[in-house]
Amino acid sequence: MQIKPILSALRHHKAGTILIAVQIALTLAIVCNALFIIQQRVTQLSRSSGVDEAHLIRIQNQWVGTDDKDIGPLMKADLDTLRRLPGVVDAYATNTTPLSNGGWSTGMSLKPGSKGERTMTAIYFADNHTLNTLGLKLVAGRNFHASEVAPHMPHDTLQPPQVIVTKALADKLFPGGQAVGKSVYLGDKPSIIVGVVARLQVPWVGGWASNWEGQSTLVPRQLMMGGANFVVRVKDGQLGKIERAAPAALLASDRMRVIADDHGVMTFTQMRQDVYKRDRGMAILMGVICLVLLGITAAGIVGLTSFWVGQRRKQIGVRRALGATRHDILSYFLTENLLIGVTGVVMGVLLAMGMNQWLMQAFEMQRISWLWVAGGVIVLLLLGQAAVLAPAMRASRVPPVVATRTV
Amino acid sequence: MLAYYLRLGVRSLRRNPMLTLLMVLAIGFGVAASMTTYAVFRAVSGNPIPDKSAKLFKPQIDNWGHANGRTSDDPPDAMDYTDAMALMKTGKATRQTVSYPVGLSVIPANPKAKPFNVTGYATYADFFPMFEVPFQYGGAWPASDDTQHAPVAVISEKVNQRLFGGGNSVGRSIDIEGHRYRIAGVTRTWNPQPRFFDVNNTGGFAPDPPEIWIPFTRAVDLQIPTWGNNNCNGNVSPGWKGWLYSECVWLSYWVELPDAAAAARYKNYLHAYAAQQQQAGRFDWPPNVRLHNVTEWLADQHVVPQESQVSLFVALGFLVVCLVNTIGLLLAKFMRRAPEIGVRRALGASRGEVYRQFLAEAAMVGVAGGVLGLLLTAGGVLGIGMVFDPDIARLARVDVTLVALTLLVAVFATVIAAFYPTWRAARVQPAWQLKSN
Repeated sequence: MQIKPILSALRHHKAGTILIAVQIALTLAIVCNALFIIQQRVTQLSRSSGVDEAHLIRIQNQWVGTDDKDIGPLMKADLDTLRRLPGVVDAYATNTTPLSNGGWSTGMSLKPGSKGERTMTAIYFADNHTLNTLGLKLVAGRNFHASEVAPHMPHDTLQPPQVIVTKALADKLFPGGQAVGKSVYLGDKPSIIVGVVARLQVPWVGGWASNWEGQSTLVPRQLMMGGANFVVRVKDGQLGKIERAAPAALLASDRMRVIADDHGVMTFTQMRQDVYKRDRGMAILMGVICLVLLGITAAGIVGLTSFWVGQRRKQIGVRRALGATRHDILSYFLTENLLIGVTGVVMGVLLAMGMNQWLMQAFEMQRISWLWVAGGVIVLLLLGQAAVLAPAMRASRVPPVVATRTV
Repeated sequence: MLAYYLRLGVRSLRRNPMLTLLMVLAIGFGVAASMTTYAVFRAVSGNPIPDKSAKLFKPQIDNWGHANGRTSDDPPDAMDYTDAMALMKTGKATRQTVSYPVGLSVIPANPKAKPFNVTGYATYADFFPMFEVPFQYGGAWPASDDTQHAPVAVISEKVNQRLFGGGNSVGRSIDIEGHRYRIAGVTRTWNPQPRFFDVNNTGGFAPDPPEIWIPFTRAVDLQIPTWGNNNCNGNVSPGWKGWLYSECVWLSYWVELPDAAAAARYKNYLHAYAAQQQQAGRFDWPPNVRLHNVTEWLADQHVVPQESQVSLFVALGFLVVCLVNTIGLLLAKFMRRAPEIGVRRALGASRGEVYRQFLAEAAMVGVAGGVLGLLLTAGGVLGIGMVFDPDIARLARVDVTLVALTLLVAVFATVIAAFYPTWRAARVQPAWQLKSN
């Protein structure tokens, strides 16, 4: 196929050529960035929380009309009630859980007080039932002993003698490995790391905690506050039953409490859905925009090429009469489209990078990887070829006799 | 003549139904995507208190500095108790209030009814006139109740409905966590968006309106903890008092100032206060204070969600692609009619007439695209809950302005897109066209 005649023909259709190229360029820039946003959101929402989500329920309970110092026995009685329910594997009380997007964070240091570098960590209140309830895997050391679990008043200083940390936190604090038995500091007094668990995500799923999303600490303390979260692990197939039975049993044992009707009892599956709603929604929106955009660009190419074919019927007839095969005509239009497409994607790549640069500055996004741009280029070139196929086929069917007609 | 051009336009559009449909679809989708995302953007970037946003100010005092390895140069978003009480005591502004969110259990008088939770604020009497809280019955408690740490409460319409069946309950009493409070007022449902006075704890958007207000001084006496964020930098002494007088920040402080001059004076006062703290040895850094009004504060806190901005920009980009597409299709359509234009020009039509004819045809595509866009926008606004938080999605709504804007954008955009093809059409040389035939 000779390119020169195509180029000189395109020179007669400058406006149309430029419009298609610009459209391809803009589409490429938007689609690349949108796909990149989708990929980031999907990575975000497919991270594991480290807990056995399929079997877990969270109950938000608020005791009414009690002083913080009287909560100990209430909490113990409630936990007994929950653990005795048939179908329940285990239960514990805590301040917060993964996927809740709210909780405590603090700096952990290898030196006492405010001296020394601080590593961010989330604080989970826990007891000796926590590992079993959440289904956490101990990779070193041991669980808490029942005797180590103590009450914690809301404004006490938190510096328990023992802590369990996640592997991510242990690796960060002790890059040489072997964290068990070492001392860390939340305040002035040391806490000994007694165990290390494989993974436990922090309560926050995005934004500010994204750089330390695996750095969690379990403290053997029970928070003596009017509101508590009970986490219940159930046996296979018992989730629906316990979801109703657990709050009912709690209310039956003591009426002076509030378990909200709407979000008081939630499965971890629901919590995951809620907490990643924005990420999933953004991915869907970008996906829809990509599809519609590609559709419109393809339709635009079909429209304009059809017009060109209609306009050049006579020339096509002349070429056919002079011996060009149908295949020659078909490949003429395909090559023409490819030339325009390549011009478009070259502009589009620059535009995509510029747009990504701007998104990085304005919204703290990451740099787009070349793979996405390359993927976008291939998609658009193929789309162009596919779109031009129908009008090009019609052109190839123009009979040579057209050359002899005047209109 | 315009009516004639419109008739001609309809004929021409019906001659190539596929091409016409394509253009209408492109305009419709482009406009709908932009308008749907714009509806959200408009909702989240609105001014929650337009008539007073320039008179309400949020003071910030840096009580953290660079202690404990902190790197930020900005003062904390919230205020600590010590500074809030010092500012409150001098009372330099026309009105001032400090508040923090509380979650309380209300015990109904009827022993059969279950206790329930309400959320609201512990605050000062000035809160209500400052933020223009509308009342159904009664009003704010008197300022003397603040100094007397009185057990009074303001409740919302909803709580009043639940406890007293919606009647005038002013003067009656309510049991909150075992303590009795006298009701001073019942508010109408009030939930300004963004919740500018409590961005620290809500991020700007809270789905449920506040339901209860009690005096700050009383709440502190009862050691009611904050329902919101508490950020500490450095060590905190044990116990409630230890926490109260720590450098932990958890309070929202707001002042009302009549004009810019008063704001400048207040900022000087904040500066002097911080300098005094530095001299006293509490801060070992120079004064670092801020005084933002409502709109500045919302911008400073990036209240408009990232999702909303990114999707608005992507949707606008999408509209541009749709317009480029329309330019191409209109060009094809108009140039195909070069012979017809040639005949009209030869018969004496001016370039202006050609312009009018083709722009009228384009405007019709615009109107059709606008109507389609309107339907898609309505669907989009309904489906927006899939993409944004429900508390944000519910703010977006279709109203007269949005309908008008959608149609206007569609027609305007199409006519803009039609200018180049029309210009080309008007330049058709009649002689050349006539000759070639």
